[in-house]
Amino acid sequence: MIDTASQNASETRARTGTTRDFLTLRINGQLFGIPILQVQDVLGEVHLSRVPLAPPQVAGSLNLRGRIVTAIDVRKCLGLSQPDSTLKRMSVVVEQDHELYSLMIDRVGDVLSLYDEDFEHTPATLDPAWRAMATGIYRLESDLLVILDVPKLLKTLTLMN
Amino acid sequence: MDDLIAEFITETNESLQELDTDLIRLEQNPNDKDLISKIFRLMHTIKGTCGFLGLPRLETVAHRAENVMGRFRDGDLNVTPAYVSLILESLDRVRSLLGHIEKNGTEPDGSDAELIAKLDAVYEGRDHESTPAKPAPAAPTSDMPIIPEGRESTLEELDAIFAATPVLAPTLSAPTPVITEDLAPVKEDPREENKESSLANQTLRVNVDVLENLMTMVSELVLTRNQLLQISRAQRAESAKEKTSYTGPLQRLNHVVSDLQDGVMKTRMQPIGNAWAKLPRIIRDLSQELKKKIDLVMIGQETELDRQVLEMIKDPLTHMIRNSGDHGIEIPADRVKAGKLETGTITLKAFHEGGHIIIQIIDDGKGLPMARIKQKIIQNGLATEAELATMSTQQIQQFIFKAGFSTADKVTSVSGRGVGMDVVRTNIEKIGGSIELQSIEGKGSTFTIKIPLTLAIVSSLIVESGGERFAIPQLSVNELVLTSEKSDQQIEMIKGTPVFRLRNKLLPLVSLERLLNLSPESEVQNFDHKYIIVTQVGAYRFGIIVDRVFDTEEIVVKPVSKILRNIEMFSGNTILGDGSVIMILDPGGIAKMAGENDAPIEQDLDQANDLIAGREKTSLLLFMAGNDTLKAVPLSLVARLENIAVSQIEYASNQMMIQYRGKLMPLIAYNDAVKLHDQKTKPVLVFTERGRSMGLIVDEIVDITEQFIDLQTDSNSQGVLGSTIINGKATELVDVNHYLRSVFTDFFKNHGDDPYLTPHGTAGSRKRRVLLIDDSPFFRNMLTPLLSVSGYEVVSLESPIKALEMAENGEHFDIIISDIEMPDMSGFEFATRVRAGGQWQSIPLLALSSHATPQDMDHGFKVGFNGYVAKFDRDTLLSAINQTLIGGQQS
Repeated sequence: MIDTASQNASETRARTGTTRDFLTLRINGQLFGIPILQVQDVLGEVHLSRVPLAPPQVAGSLNLRGRIVTAIDVRKCLGLSQPDSTLKRMSVVVEQDHELYSLMIDRVGDVLSLYDEDFEHTPATLDPAWRAMATGIYRLESDLLVILDVPKLLKTLTLMN
Repeated sequence: MDDLIAEFITETNESLQELDTDLIRLEQNPNDKDLISKIFRLMHTIKGTCGFLGLPRLETVAHRAENVMGRFRDGDLNVTPAYVSLILESLDRVRSLLGHIEKNGTEPDGSDAELIAKLDAVYEGRDHESTPAKPAPAAPTSDMPIIPEGRESTLEELDAIFAATPVLAPTLSAPTPVITEDLAPVKEDPREENKESSLANQTLRVNVDVLENLMTMVSELVLTRNQLLQISRAQRAESAKEKTSYTGPLQRLNHVVSDLQDGVMKTRMQPIGNAWAKLPRIIRDLSQELKKKIDLVMIGQETELDRQVLEMIKDPLTHMIRNSGDHGIEIPADRVKAGKLETGTITLKAFHEGGHIIIQIIDDGKGLPMARIKQKIIQNGLATEAELATMSTQQIQQFIFKAGFSTADKVTSVSGRGVGMDVVRTNIEKIGGSIELQSIEGKGSTFTIKIPLTLAIVSSLIVESGGERFAIPQLSVNELVLTSEKSDQQIEMIKGTPVFRLRNKLLPLVSLERLLNLSPESEVQNFDHKYIIVTQVGAYRFGIIVDRVFDTEEIVVKPVSKILRNIEMFSGNTILGDGSVIMILDPGGIAKMAGENDAPIEQDLDQANDLIAGREKTSLLLFMAGNDTLKAVPLSLVARLENIAVSQIEYASNQMMIQYRGKLMPLIAYNDAVKLHDQKTKPVLVFTERGRSMGLIVDEIVDITEQFIDLQTDSNSQGVLGSTIINGKATELVDVNHYLRSVFTDFFKNHGDDPYLTPHGTAGSRKRRVLLIDDSPFFRNMLTPLLSVSGYEVVSLESPIKALEMAENGEHFDIIISDIEMPDMSGFEFATRVRAGGQWQSIPLLALSSHATPQDMDHGFKVGFNGYVAKFDRDTLLSAINQTLIGGQQS
């Protein structure tokens, strides 16, 4: 993983400067990143138990080695449509305030080390729902990577309900 | 904040709590040397640590207080209440300083000069109250320090001089006294230090998170083990009977895991005394403030319960103790007037019972003021005067648990702020507990709280609705009903709202599927073959419709995620044995959705009506014999049910007999219409009476049912007590006595030497008079003949109120037998009134009940019953009457 990451990041020239590691993920074709230290687990498709009366963003709950994890549908949080049902979705497990959440995304990509100088704040013109849940954007060679603000996303959910 | 300071704050808070309790004990028992030493040491530790951490203000206060304790310890100053107050005041100061440090990390500004001056005055014997224990020698007359005590005390004297200049204390000079004091403890009593450290080694402070984590992992281990066991069982079933090589180790794993689970559970347990530590202090302050004399007796501090539960009941308990002190106990003058001891007693008691812990708060104060409560009920529009008139004392008392119900005339600093017992009740119900109240005006009140031992593991019923499974705590499940479209067990609809007739009462229903939006709104609800979970929250009873009911399971309760916390229907979630996650239903939350708030009063009245109708559940055996009328006999009178072969029936002197268990047992057909030869075998009800058995031949045994017996018509025909409605059908209640009599013709006559009547050869004396009080006509009809054929003269009444009227009219009885659950006055209340005075005061009283719990019995004995008998146990009843009469004679 690390090899690929450094490859990706330092494709063209050897660069210096501080870097941060991110786990990349794809949702609806868009590349996202989550600070690697926030990630506890990556899960393949799992069976979810329904939680009646839960807000629409909550997809259900699951049992992860004896701990109950609340599954959040990130597509719903970002106001995206549901993928076709054949898509096997993956999840990223994060912890906040001693509680576990699994963020359902489309699929997980590589871990990248990104240079701080490539970081930019979210453009003011971005969809408000996205702006609220992004810390910023990294300019990659071929793509733009939106950094998901996981704590904020979860906090908004808690406050909304 | 510095870790060291955090640790110090935790430790000091614990010590302070301990100190509070000890100081109160000291006041009661001023000459307890051990106690004084202990307090002294604790103070010393606080002081020492403060100095070490550089908290000069805190240290100075602790130090001065310690000085005073030193004088108590050396015995040259007597402990008076005023001194204890002073020490408490310094402790409070320490506490408030600590609070500030905890919040801000620094000591607050300000000065303690006033408090220090007071402490020093006591220490130096300058205060007017100073009462030297040993008159001449010990009195420290100003400038002359006590030299014989050596260096140590000179140091302290020096200290005192140092501190007497308060300006210096918070500044640079502060460390100086620290050093001297740090030296002191080592020299003072090295042996005691050793003792303490060896004790300390046996306990270990562990972060709660670590324990919680451990608990989670053990739960997971248990699940994995369950899965393994299941696989192993399935394999064994497949591959013949032989044991696989896994069986042994698996079994061992099984045991170890169970032990481990128990062990981890135990680490969460704490003695309830931890939650009580603050109470003596509260009571003490309260009694001083209100000028009352109150003793707090605590029993069962060592009773253990889950840490989580402990936290939850701390506040309700404090509130209730305050209430007892404030509202319950009277001022000394009033107590004396009422013929009580000047000092009131509040007893706090905890003990285990089943999977529960029972906490009782008992005071011998003035009890609940009924008049005030009634006035308040009407004033708040909770019930009308007419409604109140139909309620029992108990029911009226329950109103204090309703919101905004405080009968205190004025708001004191102590209680009466309107947030009262309803908050207590809500808090206790939140953790699956219940609270009950018994109060007698003028005598005192008893609150009984019943809570589960642990919140972590709860026995729950697993149900299914809309394809999803849910857990519902067993504690809140009253009963289960299976419905069907075809039978009487049918759900009926009123404008789309389902209701159910449960024993002639309408039970409001909610569909879980609907409530949780599990099915599309448009779908037509089908109520065939559904289960109704009958639930009770407070006084509100309702039913929850679910599709299926599985087993009960011990589940580990886990809190729901923050995102889901505001869904009131769920109290938590859990992982089942098969690894799936399910939600735990909260009956309280569902009740709210199911209209609890709109209904409670009607419900109360319904219960009252139930009682008025003389209802009490009785197990009945239903059978058919001869004709199409259903017949019933109390199950407890039936010894056995047998199927006998008709061919084995023999005849002796015109009497049918059968050889039964090595003896001849007489048989009798229920009536002439019972044909003996239509079947090969016939069902027989066997009744046993004083070692003799007889069989009653019937046609068919139909069912066993629990019913309220409400005798509708008396009967003229022999062998029938009367008719009643059971499951909507007219049913005859069988008079078993009639059949016994017809078989054993000598049965009731042969009483010349009846042991029940004439224990000491007092035969020939007048007939003993028995007063029987029971609201149920069925039992009056059953017991009256039984007693009268046993030679007693029986007067039976349906109400204790009538009995009390008889007492006033000067009637006399040898013994009174009373039912407990009666509509217009309970047996307990009746007993209390009888024992309160009048000419019946010393008549023996027997309580008659069909289901007596140990608490009931306790309560019964307390209010003056001499004994307890089960309703159907005629032998015990007769012998109890006999025994009680003998006892009465001897005493």
